[in-house]
Amino acid sequence: MRRLARATRPLASPFELDDYLEQMNPLWSTRELRGRIERVDRETADAVTVTIRPGHDWPGHDPGQFVRIGFDINGVRHWRAYSLTSDPDRQDGYISITVKTVNEGKVSPFLAQEAGPGTIVTLSDVEGEYVLSHPPPEKLLFISAGSGVTPIMSMLRHLERGQALVDVVHLHSAKDEDDVIFGEQLRGMAERYEGFRLHEQHTREMGRMGPDDLDDLCADWRERVVYLSGPAGLIDALEEHWEEHGDKSLLNIERFQIKLGTGENGEGGTILFKASDWQAEADGETPILVAGEEQGLELPYGCREGICHTCVGELCSGRVRDLRTGGVYGSEGEMIRTCISAPEGEVEINL
Amino acid sequence: MATETTSPQREERAPQHPTGLTPEEIEAVGREFQALHDEVFADLGERDAQYIRNIIRLQRNLALGGRLMLLFSIFPPAWLAGTATLSLAKILENMEIGHNVMHGQWDWMNDPDINSSTWDWDTASTAEAWKHSHNYIHHTFTNIRGKDKDLGYEIMRIDPEQPWHPVYLLQPIYNLALMAFFEWGVAVHDMDIEAIRAGEKGWKAVWTDLKGIAGKMRAQVVKDYIGWPLLSGVSAPTTLAANFTANIVRNVWAHSIIFCGHFPDQCHTFSEEECEDETLGETYVRQLIGAANIDGSPLFHVLSGNLGWQVEHHLYPDIPSTRYGEIGPRVREICERYGLPYNTGPLWQQLAMVHRTILRLAFPGGGPRAKPGPFKHEDYPNRRVAAADGDGHAG
Repeated sequence: MRRLARATRPLASPFELDDYLEQMNPLWSTRELRGRIERVDRETADAVTVTIRPGHDWPGHDPGQFVRIGFDINGVRHWRAYSLTSDPDRQDGYISITVKTVNEGKVSPFLAQEAGPGTIVTLSDVEGEYVLSHPPPEKLLFISAGSGVTPIMSMLRHLERGQALVDVVHLHSAKDEDDVIFGEQLRGMAERYEGFRLHEQHTREMGRMGPDDLDDLCADWRERVVYLSGPAGLIDALEEHWEEHGDKSLLNIERFQIKLGTGENGEGGTILFKASDWQAEADGETPILVAGEEQGLELPYGCREGICHTCVGELCSGRVRDLRTGGVYGSEGEMIRTCISAPEGEVEINL
Repeated sequence: MATETTSPQREERAPQHPTGLTPEEIEAVGREFQALHDEVFADLGERDAQYIRNIIRLQRNLALGGRLMLLFSIFPPAWLAGTATLSLAKILENMEIGHNVMHGQWDWMNDPDINSSTWDWDTASTAEAWKHSHNYIHHTFTNIRGKDKDLGYEIMRIDPEQPWHPVYLLQPIYNLALMAFFEWGVAVHDMDIEAIRAGEKGWKAVWTDLKGIAGKMRAQVVKDYIGWPLLSGVSAPTTLAANFTANIVRNVWAHSIIFCGHFPDQCHTFSEEECEDETLGETYVRQLIGAANIDGSPLFHVLSGNLGWQVEHHLYPDIPSTRYGEIGPRVREICERYGLPYNTGPLWQQLAMVHRTILRLAFPGGGPRAKPGPFKHEDYPNRRVAAADGDGHAG
């Protein structure tokens, strides 16, 4: 297909074969990978699983990775990154994500209420270092809370297909029984496989799970390869625990929330948007993206938390501060993410 | 209203604004125009996105359909239908899609495929060069003599204030050539010949521009005059003729619509001094009275890239084109309330004025034409050009 696209380019210039093909079927696009939503299923009271048929160029994923997806909502494309919850080798080739509804959000209410079979989405890079090693470790411990279970679900499904649920413990925390995402499926697995032990921590009755509970819940936790995924509080506490009492090299961590403003703040500065020929001032806490938008510029944006790289622009001069870490970086020609970078003095960016 | 008052501020401000409005009134108008802009932007959504995607789909289908018909162009009905369809596709692609997308009218969708920074079009100008000369130079310095290089495109005398030169005697003739090969004229114009002559533009930049135009030329030749004719087999010569015709049809149409944007009699031009330290209100009013609309049906407006709403387009170059017709009544209401003109006329009238000016100003002399007075809704769309100042038509 790509070869045909190249061969026909002179006949279609300045467009491409793609521009014609995607009018017939959006999934035929070779330039941008698209997907078609096949089903939206309610998982819990406030979470839905969206099953997507990806176009033929879908590169596949490793269990645990996330994908950037662009949703067209009221005419505007919004990018979000979601952990894939499907088994990478699923028979029908579909992929799925599971999304907890945030009422003030833009994308999650859309998925819960408006999206349905036939909705076309744009798929972008599959990313993430948080993946199940291959072959899988012999002794595994999964620890998750809330929607942190999503990357782990892909791993569990992958293990199940490979008959590898041999010595796996899963500690999962949620408000109550009904609030457990994939509750039925996890319980089913625990019934079917002797080698898979599930502990559900229902926090409403039992309180939160912490490092002190580990010895009771999984006595041999020190010997296991661990995949940890959940809110920052839980991760921080457990990370410290492994540092002091365990082997930190066995610990794999997926952080969902990226906290802006946890690092040191700078003084801010002046941003010159070169392509737009516009100037803006930003204080040390305002991302370049926001400073530009406040000036009325239409800048590219995506997740707004440094994951998706939609907002990148070429730094022409100056240095910027990473609002997540407080680190100052940047050199001429570097592509920087405007959503998590504040100017550090005067900067020039090609946007 | 404003024309009857003589407030002290008005007397201090010499020369008086061409509309007769006080500085306060002009700022009030500016605020109202700005509020209308923001209101439309807040309302953009699904139906706008659907519109541009549908137009793009229609354009692609027309282009493909026309090309396929032309594979059999040896049969005259296929030639005629194919040429007409391809011409239509090229017109839509340049005007309603290319021009407007590259203005950034659809950037709010955050779709990289329909975005001013990535779009390219089927014409001789490179996107880069055109965006600079059009979006920046023309839309910023609209109708400022000596600064807006679209005022006569540096090769024609379109305003009586422009000094005459013997070469202009030929302008009625070379305008016809420009009409037929408009895209090439625009491409060369984008290079800013005046800046090159004055030595303001380095040879490296000129070379880059030339390479860009050569690339566009090669693409057009390969596609329209080699590729598709070859695919047509025995129909090769007739397909080549059809493609050539479609390019000419598109050029003539674009030239006609675009010349009606600022060159009809109703449009004001401005001196650089008048526009020094311009306020937001003054800019809006300059855009308003520097442009002229063309009355027409919805179909006409789509085919002219909604440039028949030139007034609305110049007030708001970044508002999606489909919205121009919708906000027309609001713009006219503001004009009526402040006693401002709203320039418009049927295509034949606007074109006649443009070509009369090109003929008249080929010769020395000529004075400004009568400008319309304050807009009155009862005259719309059958308004007459009211003689604002008594001295009437240029001699």
